[in-house]
Amino acid sequence: MSGSATKLPGVLESVLMPMLNILVALLASGLVVLALGEDPVVVLSLLIEGAFGYEEAIGYTFYYATNFIFTGLAVSVAFHAGHFNIGGEGQAMLGGLGLTLAVFWLGSSAPVLSIILAVFGAALFGAAWAFIPAWLQAHRGSHVVITTIMFNFIASALLAYLLVGPLQRPGGQMPESSDFPDGTALPQFHELMEILGISFEQSPLNLSFLIALLAAFGVWFLLARTRFGYEMRVTGQNSDAAKFAGISVPRVTVIALMMSGALAGMMGLNELLGEQLRLIGNFTLGYGFVGIAVAFMGRNHPVGIVLAAILFGAVYQGGAEIGFEIPKITRDMSVVIQGLVILFAGAMPHLFRRPVTALYARFAGKGNK
Amino acid sequence: MHVAPAIETRDLCKRFGDVKANDNVSLVVDQGSVHGIVGENGAGKSTLLKMLFGFYQPNSGDLIVNGEHISLGSPAEAMAAGIAMVHQHFMLVEPFTVLENIVLGAEGQGLLKQAEIDAKAKLKGLEQQFGFDLPFDQPVSQLSVGERQRVEILKALFRGADTLILDEPTAVLTPQECDQLFELIKLLKSRGKTILFVTHKLHEIMAVTDSVTVIRAGRVIVRTDTASTSPEALAEAMVGSKISRSVTRADTDHGIPRLSVQNVSALSDHSHRALQNISFDLFDGEVLGVAGVAGNGQTELLEVLTGLRRVSDGFVSLSGEATNSKDVFTDPISLRRAGVGHVAEDRLKSGVVASMSARENAILGYHREADFCRGGLMRLSAIDQAANDYFENQDVRPRNPDLPVASFSGGNQQKLVIAREIARDPQTLIVGQPTRGVDIGAVTKIHDQITALRNAGKALLVVSADLDELMAISDRIAVLCDGKLVGIVPISEADERTIGLMMAGSAASSLVGSATEGQDQ
Repeated sequence: MSGSATKLPGVLESVLMPMLNILVALLASGLVVLALGEDPVVVLSLLIEGAFGYEEAIGYTFYYATNFIFTGLAVSVAFHAGHFNIGGEGQAMLGGLGLTLAVFWLGSSAPVLSIILAVFGAALFGAAWAFIPAWLQAHRGSHVVITTIMFNFIASALLAYLLVGPLQRPGGQMPESSDFPDGTALPQFHELMEILGISFEQSPLNLSFLIALLAAFGVWFLLARTRFGYEMRVTGQNSDAAKFAGISVPRVTVIALMMSGALAGMMGLNELLGEQLRLIGNFTLGYGFVGIAVAFMGRNHPVGIVLAAILFGAVYQGGAEIGFEIPKITRDMSVVIQGLVILFAGAMPHLFRRPVTALYARFAGKGNK
Repeated sequence: MHVAPAIETRDLCKRFGDVKANDNVSLVVDQGSVHGIVGENGAGKSTLLKMLFGFYQPNSGDLIVNGEHISLGSPAEAMAAGIAMVHQHFMLVEPFTVLENIVLGAEGQGLLKQAEIDAKAKLKGLEQQFGFDLPFDQPVSQLSVGERQRVEILKALFRGADTLILDEPTAVLTPQECDQLFELIKLLKSRGKTILFVTHKLHEIMAVTDSVTVIRAGRVIVRTDTASTSPEALAEAMVGSKISRSVTRADTDHGIPRLSVQNVSALSDHSHRALQNISFDLFDGEVLGVAGVAGNGQTELLEVLTGLRRVSDGFVSLSGEATNSKDVFTDPISLRRAGVGHVAEDRLKSGVVASMSARENAILGYHREADFCRGGLMRLSAIDQAANDYFENQDVRPRNPDLPVASFSGGNQQKLVIAREIARDPQTLIVGQPTRGVDIGAVTKIHDQITALRNAGKALLVVSADLDELMAISDRIAVLCDGKLVGIVPISEADERTIGLMMAGSAASSLVGSATEGQDQ
């Protein structure tokens, strides 16, 4: 007679539960659509068509997903070490600054090298921006949730200052830098496919999607295979046990949060080096925050995060598409759907746990006795 | 004329699973008296109190308050029956003022202003009657511990309590504050209140109570008038006088001490002096038991000996260490490499990560060793092998290292922990509460294992709240009280009454005759 110890088997836990949450989110969205006087089925099929229906759409979906993979991984790495990094937004901005400086420094003289340097620049600046809150948390006990939020504002102000000051395009009026030197852009996906002899419609999808997948693999490897990953998980789940085991909790805190910052910082690769080809103010557009929902929905597992990121990418892309087809359903509508997905899948992942567990227990119980 | 007792219980039973926390407890607390309840940790005092306060419901038995059979479904019902509890850890809202705290939950109306005015008038009366002098408009956070306790008592009186349960009220007080509390208790009694006073300090029982009930292992051992008993008799009743199990022991050859503690003092987390000038040696081939009532420095001693807490004074040294042995005691990993294993006193708090698999827990603390980790990468097959070996050697069940540690029973968790800590054949083993939360079946096995290690020439220090356990497995017993070493008694001269008295703070020298080392007078 174990009281509440009934556990769901792995498949139900990792597949059925998220699906159920998404389904409910879609149902709720359907109600909103219905209230606007439109047919939910039509809108849903438009959403799916707009996200996956043709090559360009797929390209956009995965392009958005790339941002979410980076920011989702960033949140999850910090979370495994027991911390809630809300500063993905600011760290991404600084990452963008880092890669911009790298790209301008090397210029078009050494394109491949400048790309590599840009990757490091983005990671380094993102990590450095996370370092200060991390150090304050580790050594002064200042809560990282508060400090990283504050650092988002500082990052935003810093970027705004630089983009109307020293980094502004000469003679320009917008808060943006000059165009990146020629040859420093990341190869586009359709270009890469062309090398392989496959034709693919043009879209902003670029090499950074592969970098994001590599990062996801790296995070999995870190957590599952390395000593530091082990120390991180022990610290995150029981810091007293970490001390017992001789693990330096402050050290783990600082390094894990810096890794988190580096991942968030790399988001700029996709947006800036893949698409915009210049540094623009507030290019992060809230991706850093959505990363929190992505990480939760992906249950902080790299594979889950990649899947959740694709879902969010699809909602972004498909939602935009609906706006073109049905003017009544504006761009804001896709934000509502995102909000509902975040609400049901991200913020309330355990909403259906109890009924499903009870149902499972009843069936499993029948099977056993 | 006969007055019904303020509280009477008849054959009260409370079970948790298979454990009988209270077994036919019958208690009589006379109207207007101060009644003491004494017992060791885990004797069942708290369970009894929680039933009297409506927090637990008994499985069987009767509860009679002022001559009426009642059942208490919640603390609110207990309060309505005139029973109030002053918890050991105060239930006050620190940023609120004294007045707000007293009124909280008993406002009686929606408007706070009027409630406070009414309360003030009522409190004036109580103040005069019981001689309180509390700053009503100050936040509780600015009050001393003793003052906070008086706020708790006043809160209970404000709600019309006739019977006050004080749960280890002196545990947090300075001696001066204790005296003030005793004065207050006497005053409350003279005004007709009934007090149930729970403690494990025998001198307090002698000082303030009219009658006393001793509880051991969930049962009432004796109920007597305080005037007709003595601390010695109470101590004996408290700890029992069982014949200690005869463990075959090879004679200990006291050569060079394996571990030497010299004039060590250390601060607690709250910067109190948790250890004061402690000195002792631990030799190969012996089990040194450390006894004491919980919270008298045992935790801090374990932490000092396992590299988790810095000493503020004095030092600990390890013989046979080539390197500077003092530095070893600042780092748990170096200490393990130097051959000191550590079985944590609170497994789930620090000894394991309950949510992680047994396999991953099998290397906790040893995860940096070369056989488990090379070049920063975990060697999964070696870890798997080690976990399987531990499960095999210690018969950990169920035999599935993939399960999270939380899903194993306490005994099996402890077996895994012990397997891990002795896997590298450490010369010294520091053990906290070896059988806490461990099922009976595993207890004997763990005791046998400790004895086997001792007979193999290892040096073991065992802290336990269970005196019977220490009597069964130790060669010598050290007693801590209030952070000081009261004395060390060889097992041949130790009996439970003596140790019990030492735990309660009586000077050892007068009882045992052997002078204690390293004590400031």
